[in-house]
Amino acid sequence: MLTFILHRLLGALLVIFGVITIVFLLIHMIPGDPVEIMLGESAATADREALRVALGLNRPLPVQFQHYLSKLLHLDMGISIHFRRPVSDLLVERLPATAILAALTLLLTVMMALPLGIMAAVRRGSLWDSGAMSLSMLGISIPNFWLGPLLILVFSLWLGWFPVSGHSGPGSVVLPALTLSTGLVAVLSRMVRSSMLEVLGEDYMRTAKAKGMPPQRVILHHGLRNALLPVITLLGLQLGALLAGAVITETVFSWPGVGLLTIESIQSRDYPVVQACVLLISVTYVLVNLLTDLAYAWIDPRIRLGRTQ
Amino acid sequence: MRNWFAIKLPVLILVLWALLSVVAQYLPLQPDHIQLERVLAGPGRGTVLGFDDLGRSIADRMIVGARTSFLVSVWVVSLSLLFGTLLGTFTAYHGGWWDRLAVLTVDIFLAFPGILLAIALAGLLGPGIGNVVIALTVVGWVGYARLSRAQVLSLMHREHVQAAEALGTSRWRIIRKHLLPMMAAPLIIEATFGIAAVVIAEAGLSFLGLGVQPPGASWGAMIRDGTRYMLVAPHMVMAPGIAILAVVLAVNLLGDRLRDRLDTRMMTETRDRP
Repeated sequence: MLTFILHRLLGALLVIFGVITIVFLLIHMIPGDPVEIMLGESAATADREALRVALGLNRPLPVQFQHYLSKLLHLDMGISIHFRRPVSDLLVERLPATAILAALTLLLTVMMALPLGIMAAVRRGSLWDSGAMSLSMLGISIPNFWLGPLLILVFSLWLGWFPVSGHSGPGSVVLPALTLSTGLVAVLSRMVRSSMLEVLGEDYMRTAKAKGMPPQRVILHHGLRNALLPVITLLGLQLGALLAGAVITETVFSWPGVGLLTIESIQSRDYPVVQACVLLISVTYVLVNLLTDLAYAWIDPRIRLGRTQ
Repeated sequence: MRNWFAIKLPVLILVLWALLSVVAQYLPLQPDHIQLERVLAGPGRGTVLGFDDLGRSIADRMIVGARTSFLVSVWVVSLSLLFGTLLGTFTAYHGGWWDRLAVLTVDIFLAFPGILLAIALAGLLGPGIGNVVIALTVVGWVGYARLSRAQVLSLMHREHVQAAEALGTSRWRIIRKHLLPMMAAPLIIEATFGIAAVVIAEAGLSFLGLGVQPPGASWGAMIRDGTRYMLVAPHMVMAPGIAILAVVLAVNLLGDRLRDRLDTRMMTETRDRP
C-alpha cells in the first residue's frame, strides 16, 4: 500500500509540475508584446517598463521560470493589474462561492443520479429505463449556457421563485447548481445503471433474495454497495467537468466564484489572475483525483495489491 | 418509429447542418443587414425566426452560425485526430522513453479539466475563429493520443504484427498497413463524439465572447446576445439553443448506434483511468 501511495504521489507531483510549466508559458503565447496588450497602447513608457520588470519579462526565460516557481512556493502569485491587489487575496475571496456551488452541485447530482440509475437497472427494458436513459441523453447534449438562461426565464422571471443572478440570499445558488448538475447526472446515472446491472446478476444477490430479504434491502444493501465503487471513481473524474463547467455557469448567473473571476480577468486582460485561476482549478482537480484513487485503493484491496506485487 | 427517431431524424439533422454550411456562401443571406424598424421583432409576417436586438434577421444569422460551428468542428476534429493518432501510435510502438514522455504529456494536458485550457488559450491568443480552432485542438488531440496508444499496446503483440516484424517490414509500413486499419473503428467512434464536444465547446467559447467576433455569427454568441433580452424577445435565445441541442443530440445518438454496430469490446478496454 505504501509503495502504491508513493507511486501515485510522485506521479501527481510530476503532473502538477507540468501544469505549472504550461500555465507559466501561457503568458508567453500571447501574440505580440504582452505588456502592451495588458496596459493598452496609450500607456506611458515608464508604466510599461515598470510592469515588465514587475512581471520579470525583461529577464531570460529560465530565470523567469525559476522566479515563478520560488514565488509559487510561498503562495505568491503576483499582483493583479486590474485590482492592484495580490492575486492570492482575490482567489481566497472568490473560493468560498465556488466551493458552495460545487458542493451543492455534487449533492444534487448524487441525489438525482442514484435513484434514476438504480430504477433504470432494476426495471431494465421498462418505460422507466428508456425514460431515464432518454433524459440522460438529453442532459449530455444540452449546453449549460443555454439551460441556465432557460431556467432563469422559467423560475426567476415567470415564477419568481429564485433571484435572477448574483449572490443574494441562499436561494441564489439553486439554479446555478441545477444547471451545473444536469450534465453530471446524465453521465453518472448511466454509470450507476450499468454498474448495477453487472451486480444484479451476482450470486450473492440471488442468495439474499432466496433467504427472504425484502427486495428494497437486497437492492440497496447488497446491490448498491457493490455497485458504488466505479461510481466513486467517476465522481472524482466528473469534478473536472464540474470545475470547467463552473466557469461558464458562473458567468451565466454572475455567481462570484473563481470561474467568473477567470472570465472577468480574461476580459480585462489581467493575465496574472488568469494564470492563477487556471492553476488553482487544475491543481484542485489533480489533487481530488489523487484522493479518489487513494480512497479507491483503500476500499478495494484488489487494486493496491494488484499494483504493488 | 423507433428507427425514425434514433437514426433517420439525426441523419436528417446532420445532413441539413452540413448542407447549409457548405452552401451558405452561395445563398442570398443578409446576416449583417440592419432593419431598425424590426428590432427585437418576433417570428411572424415575412420572417421565420424574427429579428435580433440590432434588427438583423435571425434565420440568416442561424445559417451563418451553422457554417461557423461546422467548419470549426471539422477542422478541430481532423487536426486532433491526425496529431493525436500519429503521436499516440508512434510513441506507443516505439516504446521506452518516448512512450513515457508521451504518457506524461497526455497526463499533464488531462489535468486541465474540460475546456478550461481552451478558455485560457482563446482568451490569451485573442478572439477569432482561427484561434478557437487552435485552442480546441490543443485540448482535443489528447483523447485520440490516449486511445491510439492503448490500441497499439493491445495490437502490437498480435501474430500478424510479429510476422511482419520478422519479415523485416519497416516500422512506418507496419503502422500504416497492420496497425492503423485495426484501430480505425474505435478512433472513428471517438471522433464522432468529438464532433458533439467541439460544437458545444465552440458555442461555449463564443458565448464567453472568446470566439467569433462581431459582426460574424455563431450560435453561442447569439445566445449571449439573447440573454440580455430574454423577457422581451425570448426567440433570440430559443433558435440557436435548439439548433445546438439538435445537432449535439443527433451526433450523440448516431455515435451510440455506431458504437453498438462496430466492435465495442475494444472501446471498453481502453476506458482506463488517466
